[in-house]
Amino acid sequence: MTDARPPALLAVRALHRSGLEPASFEIAAGETVALLGPSGAGKTLLLRAIADLDPNLGEVFLAGDSRAAMAAPEWRRRVGYLPSEPGWWAERAGAHFADPGAARALLAPLWLPADILDKPVARLSTGERQRLALIRLLVNAPRVLLLDEPTASLDARATAAAEALLDDRRKAGAALLIVSHDEAQIRRVAGRRLLIDSGRVTEGAP
Amino acid sequence: MTLIPLDLVDLALAATLILLNAALSIWLRLGLARQILIAALRMGIQLWLLGLVLAYLFELTSPALTGAAALVMIGFAGFEVFSRQSRPIRGLWTYGLGTGTMLLAGGLVTVFALTALVAPAPWYDPRFALPLLGMVLGNTMTGIALGLDSLSGLAVRERAAIEARLCLGATRAAALRPVLRDAARTGMIPIVNSMAATGLVAIPGMMTGQILAGAAPMEAIKYQLLIMCLIAGGTSLGVFLSVVGMAAFLSDSRHRLRLDRLRPAKPAPDAPG
Repeated sequence: MTDARPPALLAVRALHRSGLEPASFEIAAGETVALLGPSGAGKTLLLRAIADLDPNLGEVFLAGDSRAAMAAPEWRRRVGYLPSEPGWWAERAGAHFADPGAARALLAPLWLPADILDKPVARLSTGERQRLALIRLLVNAPRVLLLDEPTASLDARATAAAEALLDDRRKAGAALLIVSHDEAQIRRVAGRRLLIDSGRVTEGAP
Repeated sequence: MTLIPLDLVDLALAATLILLNAALSIWLRLGLARQILIAALRMGIQLWLLGLVLAYLFELTSPALTGAAALVMIGFAGFEVFSRQSRPIRGLWTYGLGTGTMLLAGGLVTVFALTALVAPAPWYDPRFALPLLGMVLGNTMTGIALGLDSLSGLAVRERAAIEARLCLGATRAAALRPVLRDAARTGMIPIVNSMAATGLVAIPGMMTGQILAGAAPMEAIKYQLLIMCLIAGGTSLGVFLSVVGMAAFLSDSRHRLRLDRLRPAKPAPDAPG
């Protein structure tokens, strides 16, 4: 092949599990790929399999390094997965950040109030929690971002802010795989599409 | 003062109280008369058989037979732990985990008491070994059953929170620590409560027995204290080992939460609908 595509940052080779047929694809550094498919097609299964959260077979490489040769916590710090419904383990929002200082710097760009880290998680809106979960992931500085409907419960202003923040990461060399049902958003952020249906992943038309 | 032996006439007179119980049930149409009589009959036969077995074991004082009886007791206790789980681990692992930790915790504490504290001769004298083990097991069993049941329930309920930490690069030990701590606390609370209430709410059964058998109250209390310490030690050791073991089953070497290793929840017996 004489493809001019840059070398892959994330390479997925015959990754499979029950509900997911062997999937192979690559995402380059500085590239955002949209993952599209109907509900129940296996989008979340695929993201979870890449993050190694469920038992799976096949190989995944980060900049040529095999996932199998890396401890799972190390892998997940570099290949960050944001679930569509993120979980919270402490009462206060700020307790979820190892470095609240780094988190604070990202509050204003996402239109979040400065005192939000002192509030109990239970008192936050769904949109506030979704943005905090995104910040929680970004302060880890992962090289690959696996995002499951990251702006589903955000208004237009917050969505634009989140997209801008994610685009900064892309320009800095991150690879992004983003699940979205918003066609306009996909056109705005993604350079390429992967389609998934009944657990089968195929390359979509640009 | 020594033990006042009871004869069959005494027991027959006591049994009239059960007949009174059954008569009341018939009179008030509680529909319990048959159950009361069957339960009383079972109690009589089971205790009579237990008496025969204990008399035989005490007579022989054989280490092998005493050990076998202890293993049977631990096996029953393990089954009891297993049957009290609303979401047991698939396969026989829950049974193995409950029985294994009880064998270790109950066995260790009982052997410690027999060799270093009570020290009968020989140390495995079944007259001391079996009642001590029975009391330790009864409480350790409750603690382990509560701890395991609580841990599996919490892992399912807190799945999103546990996986959120895993996603951020936490190890399985760090991600499971909060639920592990809550489950261990649930397993320990009964023994802590019972230590605090002992002597205020009720005179403990073993102490009552010793006093009826002619022991001086202060001697009976010393034994009761010893037993409570053994039970507390056995329970904490058993709860700790079992929840840590269960946490290992609920995760794997790739630091994933493995709820697929749990059987689907059994409906609670008293759940409506």
